[in-house]
Amino acid sequence: MDNQTVLAALRAQLGKEILAVSEFRGDLSVTLTPAGYLAAAQLLRDDPELAYTFLENLCGVDYLGRKPRFEVVAHLTSMRHRHRVCLKVGCDEPNPAVPSLTPLFPTANYQERETFDLLGITFTGHPSLTRILLPDDWIGHPLRKDHPLGDEEIAFSFNQDRIYARKPFARE
Amino acid sequence: MAEPITVPTPQQIIEPALAGRTETMVLNMGPHHPSTHGVLRLVLELDGEVVVNVAPDVGYLHTGIEKTMESKTYQKAVVLTDRMDYLAPLSNNLCYALAVEKLLDVEIPERAQIARVLLTELQRLSSHLVWLGTHALDLAAMSVFLYAFREREQILDIFELVSGARMMTSYFRIGGLAYDLPADFIPTVEQFLAIMPSRIDEYEDLLTANPLWLERTVGVGVIDAQSAIALGLTGANLRATGVAYDVRKAMPYSGYETYSFEIPIGKNGDIYDRYRVRIAEMRQSVKIVQQATERLRELGPGPVVTPNRKVAPPPKREITESMESLIHHFKLWTEGFKPPRGDAYVSIESPRGILGCYVVSDGSPKPWRVHFRAPSFINLQSLAHMAKGRLVADLVALIASLDPVLGEVDR
Repeated sequence: MDNQTVLAALRAQLGKEILAVSEFRGDLSVTLTPAGYLAAAQLLRDDPELAYTFLENLCGVDYLGRKPRFEVVAHLTSMRHRHRVCLKVGCDEPNPAVPSLTPLFPTANYQERETFDLLGITFTGHPSLTRILLPDDWIGHPLRKDHPLGDEEIAFSFNQDRIYARKPFARE
Repeated sequence: MAEPITVPTPQQIIEPALAGRTETMVLNMGPHHPSTHGVLRLVLELDGEVVVNVAPDVGYLHTGIEKTMESKTYQKAVVLTDRMDYLAPLSNNLCYALAVEKLLDVEIPERAQIARVLLTELQRLSSHLVWLGTHALDLAAMSVFLYAFREREQILDIFELVSGARMMTSYFRIGGLAYDLPADFIPTVEQFLAIMPSRIDEYEDLLTANPLWLERTVGVGVIDAQSAIALGLTGANLRATGVAYDVRKAMPYSGYETYSFEIPIGKNGDIYDRYRVRIAEMRQSVKIVQQATERLRELGPGPVVTPNRKVAPPPKREITESMESLIHHFKLWTEGFKPPRGDAYVSIESPRGILGCYVVSDGSPKPWRVHFRAPSFINLQSLAHMAKGRLVADLVALIASLDPVLGEVDR
């Protein structure tokens, strides 16, 4: 299996949905529309010739200042052909959302929850999209580029009321 | 598939119970529980002793490593990778270094390649020894733990000899190794290799045909190959179901294609098969280390880091003689290097499964985004699928057989 064969198969079925194709250091990445992203994952998984049955990795990236701002990246692997394809789909503010791959690949469950938790991207069709690494009442999504990386104010008697007012989870 | 695979959340179990809609009991196991191998909380829904449903609650050790990496230069982020999977820091170093090297497209000297393979295989042995010891301990076999840690100590001594640290090695750097292997490295490894095969036999004597061990592990925690792939289970857990997928063979890195070794597989996908696969993997690792040691001896001394001065600093003695080297050194440590714009994904076979690293470069000296595909995190999803309908006591064995490291789960 090589990049051209996979790309030809995707082009034949979903030519209109493909927005960009890139090859970097021999790895194929295909950027699709949200509808095309789901269809491509389904096609790659179910076509017996392709057999990309293993969703190896799924994560999100915040390209602040770019349109669309967010990108979800999924790496599908064909164990039979020993080949990997990268699918990308963009989504933008105010409500970044992409279709969920969990109905197709149960392994996407935790990875999508993690992406939702840290980047605030919603996955439509996910059975239980809740925070996973951070506490449920955490405010904000720390992997966003506009989320500050910095020290945390320590609560003492003199300032605890002010700090806890904006951090309800710290009181538990 | 007969029944659709679901991965429950803690809330899905707790809420109906709190509302009084269920006849079952909800019990917390952890976060501080010896059998959870770290800080893992399990929400169990029980019908007597039988597990109706189970949901892991993770995140207690979340330290924001991916976010912190975005504020460090590429070389300086290496130390953070050690702290994810603290039982296999060298595997993490390797995965991150390979991803950045892919972005940069640099050549790694052969001596460094061999040392990387050798040390990651030793790392696999040491990690599997912890797994073996704690797994047996969870099933009340105390002595195996003491035997396993005896050999692990020897491996950690080798790491200390090489990098100065037992656990947080940070020894693989972008472009090669941090510094050359010490002179007595090969004899020390050979000393270890001379005893290790017989020590693996010793562990097997204690467990493989032990009726108590068989009772607790055979036919327990079964998963079939199709569900395992769907749930993203990797590593020995996947191979125990009969799928011979190992990244070292499927998409070789660091020259694994030139070593002769086999991929052990199981048949039934139960805890016992996972045990057999990991023990067999340890024997294969010994074989690889043997080959690597011979190669290292044949190759003799040589460079251990890429000659590309834009990526790796020049040797210290050059700095005192050459102005250019001084500039390179200064620029690398104050500013760092700038990989071309783009993204790269690399995966390796870590002791726990497929460890992946996705790096995005915006052309600046700091990574725009680093993401790790943590095998422990993804393997935990299959817990509910395997534990449903089994006893609580089996769950303890099941967690140990998945071999999660919570530092990696939460990152």
